Amino acid sequence: MDTMFTRGIKRKCLDPEVIDGALVDLKTLPSYTLERQSMLDMSLVKLQLCHMLVEPNLCRSVLIANTVRQIQEEMTQDGSWQFFHAHQTSEPAPVDRLVSTEILCRPKDQSEEKHIDDTYITYSEELEVQETQEISEFSTVASVKAAQNGSSSFWEIEGPQENRVNLQKSIDHIFETLENKNTNSMEDLFSEVDTTYYDLDTVLTGMMGSSKMGHCDVLENLPPSPAPTNCKAELNEIDHIVEILVES
Amino acid sequence: MIPEFRGIYVVSEDTHDCNGSLVLRRKKKMLQYPSADIISTVEFNNTGELLATGDKGGRVVIFQREQESKNQPHRRGEYNVYSTFQSHEPEFDYLKSLEIEEKINKIRWLPQQNAAYFLLSTNDKTVKLWKVSERDKRPEGYNLKDEEGRLRDPCTITSLRVPVLRPMDLMVEATPRRVFSNAHTYHINSISVNSDFETYMSADDLRINLWNLEITNRSFNIVDIKPTNMEELTEVITAAEFHPHHCNTFVYSSSKGTIRLCDMRSSALCDKHSKLFEEPEDPSNRSFFSEIISSISDVKFNHSGRYIMTRDYLTVKVWDLNMENRPIETYQVHDYLRSKLCSLYENDCIFDKFECVWNGSDSVIMTGSYNNFFRMFDRNTKRDVTLEASRENSKPRAILKPRKVCVGGKRRKDEISVDSLDFSKKILHTAWHPSENIIAVAATNNLYIFQDKVN
Repeated sequence: MDTMFTRGIKRKCLDPEVIDGALVDLKTLPSYTLERQSMLDMSLVKLQLCHMLVEPNLCRSVLIANTVRQIQEEMTQDGSWQFFHAHQTSEPAPVDRLVSTEILCRPKDQSEEKHIDDTYITYSEELEVQETQEISEFSTVASVKAAQNGSSSFWEIEGPQENRVNLQKSIDHIFETLENKNTNSMEDLFSEVDTTYYDLDTVLTGMMGSSKMGHCDVLENLPPSPAPTNCKAELNEIDHIVEILVES
Repeated sequence: MIPEFRGIYVVSEDTHDCNGSLVLRRKKKMLQYPSADIISTVEFNNTGELLATGDKGGRVVIFQREQESKNQPHRRGEYNVYSTFQSHEPEFDYLKSLEIEEKINKIRWLPQQNAAYFLLSTNDKTVKLWKVSERDKRPEGYNLKDEEGRLRDPCTITSLRVPVLRPMDLMVEATPRRVFSNAHTYHINSISVNSDFETYMSADDLRINLWNLEITNRSFNIVDIKPTNMEELTEVITAAEFHPHHCNTFVYSSSKGTIRLCDMRSSALCDKHSKLFEEPEDPSNRSFFSEIISSISDVKFNHSGRYIMTRDYLTVKVWDLNMENRPIETYQVHDYLRSKLCSLYENDCIFDKFECVWNGSDSVIMTGSYNNFFRMFDRNTKRDVTLEASRENSKPRAILKPRKVCVGGKRRKDEISVDSLDFSKKILHTAWHPSENIIAVAATNNLYIFQDKVN
């Protein structure tokens, strides 16, 4: 995968016309989205480690934070950020806090409590507003990741059937948590999301199941372009499931 | 102007290989570096007679070049340990509950003005001015104290004596003359002595301070890029250097790949740069790593002060001070790593800070890479060479064989594949003698010195 993360070159090796003759924005391609997701995960772990230090290497922290910002911006544009954002709360430190370089260079204990509260409130508001949007985002990401199942043995850790069951469970979880939403029981709300997130993570990316493999290995094992027809079929299928779920 | 290339490598026939590539003759197998510690900086003094190294343990080791002697003509050019001293000690900041590492980040020599040598050394927070001087005589026969330095009872002093100087074994003493502390909140990455030789600057991640070498309790803040709201911080200072001749001019580089030239005559706080050097990003090479790999790790003026050289993760660039929109030369240091950026991000190697140096005539530039490889680029012939600093690969006084990294296709016998490069063996710090072809290469805890001459 010499061309990994290089958009310009990727454009060449993956002819857009192959996919149903229509021009497809490169940024919505499954492999790209997955790469971006891994990159984001990796960066967030790194930022989290920075937080554990009183005085981390500022240059490194800033560069990682900028990378996360860049990915965030891109994901906001194509709409996948809200999904990720909503589920990020399961992490000990939410993205906004991690990216904030102020925290990177100031003792941890200061106003930590307050900050968390603020962030949680912001998240809850967003959850409310983006309730419906979130579901559709979710479908995009899910389909993107499910598409990998057909083309690589690595993804067969969990079968597609199981995938769907879990998917449904996860979405149910979201609805449950949204219904039960109550500003006084914020912690409960997010502890619910917590498990959801990890379930999703396992199901969708298989990352948890293969701790031996680094992010990069995962990516390198992927075929450079998943079978387009398969991808499209999967996409429709899961869109359909989500539609049913939304309607019900 | 680009200086003329004088064929500096062609000293004797066996200094160039069959291809006529640049070859440096290996001088000594390896310098005996006193007890293993990771070398964190290497710097020749202005004459090249001394070579200073700083290490992670806060030590400074100074090597002196052996003077030519009639009975040992072959020893000319060898560097031997001259002085070793503990420059910085680990400290603890009780206010921040923070340990301050003793690691020497940079060493800069002051021009020699008398028999003694002076150098500045810095760790993350404190800069120190050290005097290194020789002593081969000691005074004896004081009236008021005895040989051990104890004061004598005045009642026992019955006669007046004149103290005399007696010869003794040569002793090299290092004494701290000034300690410049409490001026940096962030980590100091650069120090640079001004051409007026009275002032110097120290740069940390967000600020640059100007000091007078005589005054330790006050410094002037000349650059401050710290945003009022630290959450808006997206850029840090990575290196800074004074112009070699114009004492009002300095440059600093940033993590966004830009170089700013400032003129201290325009205002006391140089928040507005005079020139901004930046190359527009090539959209075809754009990736998640674009910003990280464009972050500048080192900036150096050439000897004339007309050009600046910058090192980023994959390249070395030479900029003309009169052209801000793009460098005049770009050299690929290890382009084969472009496809490995994800792994290099994962293992944090992508944040390694490689330095770069000019040779004495500015015609060749040198910088480090991985696998104990270092690279040289001839600016005139555009030839380049990869050399390796390792104990195993060359016998004493043997020619350093150029190494090749296999990039795609079939690997030839003498080539090394990208996958077998050792990323834990990195050459971050190198130095080039100011006038001769002698180079010092720090490879983890080994210091290699190579030269082109055969003794």
